[in-house]
Amino acid sequence: MFRRLQADAPSATIFFGDQAIPCQAGDSVAAALLAAGIERFRSTPVSGADRMPYCMIGNCFDCLVEIDGQADRQACLVPVVDGMRVRPQEGTGRFDTP
Amino acid sequence: MTVKARETCELAIVGGGPAGLAAATLAAELGVEAVLFDEQPTPGGQVYRNVEATCRRQDDLPAFLGADYRGGLALVERFRASAAAYEPMSAIWQVTAGGKLGVSQRGEAYLTQARRVILATGAMERPFPIPGWTLPGVMGAGAVQTLMKASGLVPDRPTVIAGSGPLIYLVAYQLMQAGAPLQAIVDTSAQPLIRSAFAALPHLSGAAGELFKGLTWIAALKAKRIPMLAGRNLVAEGTSRVEAVSFEADGRRQRLATSLLLLHEGVIPNIQITTSLRCRHEWDPAQMAWRPATDEWGATSLDPIAIAGDGAAIRGAKAAVPLGRLAALDAACRLGHIAEGERDERAAPERAALARQHNFRSFLDRLYRPIESVRPLDDATIACRCEEVTAGDLRELIDDGFTDLNQLKSFSRCGMGQCQGRMCSNTVGRVLAERLGTGMAEVGHYRLRLPVKPLPIEQLALLKNADRNSKPILPVVAGDPSQRI
Repeated sequence: MFRRLQADAPSATIFFGDQAIPCQAGDSVAAALLAAGIERFRSTPVSGADRMPYCMIGNCFDCLVEIDGQADRQACLVPVVDGMRVRPQEGTGRFDTP
Repeated sequence: MTVKARETCELAIVGGGPAGLAAATLAAELGVEAVLFDEQPTPGGQVYRNVEATCRRQDDLPAFLGADYRGGLALVERFRASAAAYEPMSAIWQVTAGGKLGVSQRGEAYLTQARRVILATGAMERPFPIPGWTLPGVMGAGAVQTLMKASGLVPDRPTVIAGSGPLIYLVAYQLMQAGAPLQAIVDTSAQPLIRSAFAALPHLSGAAGELFKGLTWIAALKAKRIPMLAGRNLVAEGTSRVEAVSFEADGRRQRLATSLLLLHEGVIPNIQITTSLRCRHEWDPAQMAWRPATDEWGATSLDPIAIAGDGAAIRGAKAAVPLGRLAALDAACRLGHIAEGERDERAAPERAALARQHNFRSFLDRLYRPIESVRPLDDATIACRCEEVTAGDLRELIDDGFTDLNQLKSFSRCGMGQCQGRMCSNTVGRVLAERLGTGMAEVGHYRLRLPVKPLPIEQLALLKNADRNSKPILPVVAGDPSQRI
């Protein structure tokens, strides 16, 4: 749904489930996922409906994903780090034992 | 990784947009030990988001975003050159009435005692509840502008912008220049801009240039034959994602198939911290938003707390700079760095700069009163995105006797989800006011509780500089998942 105006060589790679997502320096997790065509960030705890980021500035909490085993991370506020493991957050989310 | 906790600071500034940057820079120049905390990785706030990196780009993005955006670079550079300390990527999860800040940085939390606090947390897009607004593919117009500034992303599928306010035309113009497939603009404002603009011209002393800028965006969109339609009663249609937007125009419902629907009806102050502080708030009938009550320096009803910029009332980025400087002058005076005489003398040019913005802002407020996002909601429309509570659910509860806003919150769970009421507060208030036949000022706003940003209980339990005399609530094992709220 989005394209990058400038196609630089990726500066980092993160994973969304098994999918490798190329990232540019300065990307938030949400921006990198949207640039890769990901629309379904989470499902809601109440009805299970799919959600995608709405506000991109930390207010709507519709971009919640699981990052490196921690649920409830706001993808629009977390800068990408090479090798990051991201999963869609299903309902209230999971929390991995370290 | 270890975070260095700042135990104290003389002046804490929360937010790195124009107001916060201007406040921190001037305070530091006046000898105040100023520390700016910001959630983002780089200074600029939302309006000048990522301005340093964007201005270094070799492509046309800086040109697409325009001179006003690029102008933010000077403000950031002056802040960088100042003695103000900078704490990026810091979520502020509490501010107490005594000036104690809760900071979360890189997975660790600590407390900072500030002698004075300037909140420069700015604005957010007014939540725009219409049927289907939770569907993937529906976003704020400001959200897409943020993607453009922060990552150079533009839509590559058919896009409709709907709503009102100067930002819809600015975003449309920016997207069009960047080659995004812009299908149409659906304007929900009451009257065509051009007619109102000419009527207002005589009253715009000094700000006609701003108006002219808006008119050039519209002219450029017209030249590219982007359809600009007037529409009301918007509906985002689709099952698993948005497929179309429909609206009423000329007495009949029209439908545009689209992939991306961008909604916007102006911005409102971000009052999350100030309402958690129990500062006095007022309903602003002109801007149709709650705002914390402030004096001419931005000081609130609580002694150590001041507000600068759009967090106190929407006045825009150009007013945010003098507002930030006024709050800094007052802070420097209260903290004993300058005398009252010097404060007042230095304030005069800032007040003159504000006065130049005033008439244009009043004109915008009159022209762009939100209509579509504050009309009575259909029963099936979701008011609270987190807990998926509809306007109909709320009306049932109200009819059952839950007629206090915070009581309604407790029983409906509106405002008790992850966003803590950021997206539903005004909507729930409106549904209640409509049902009771009263006004927003009478129904009030949510009472918010700490923390104002979610953080894992582990961070709280391992608070770096907690009061050692207080007993822990639970024995804590770092990283134990069972101990997460």
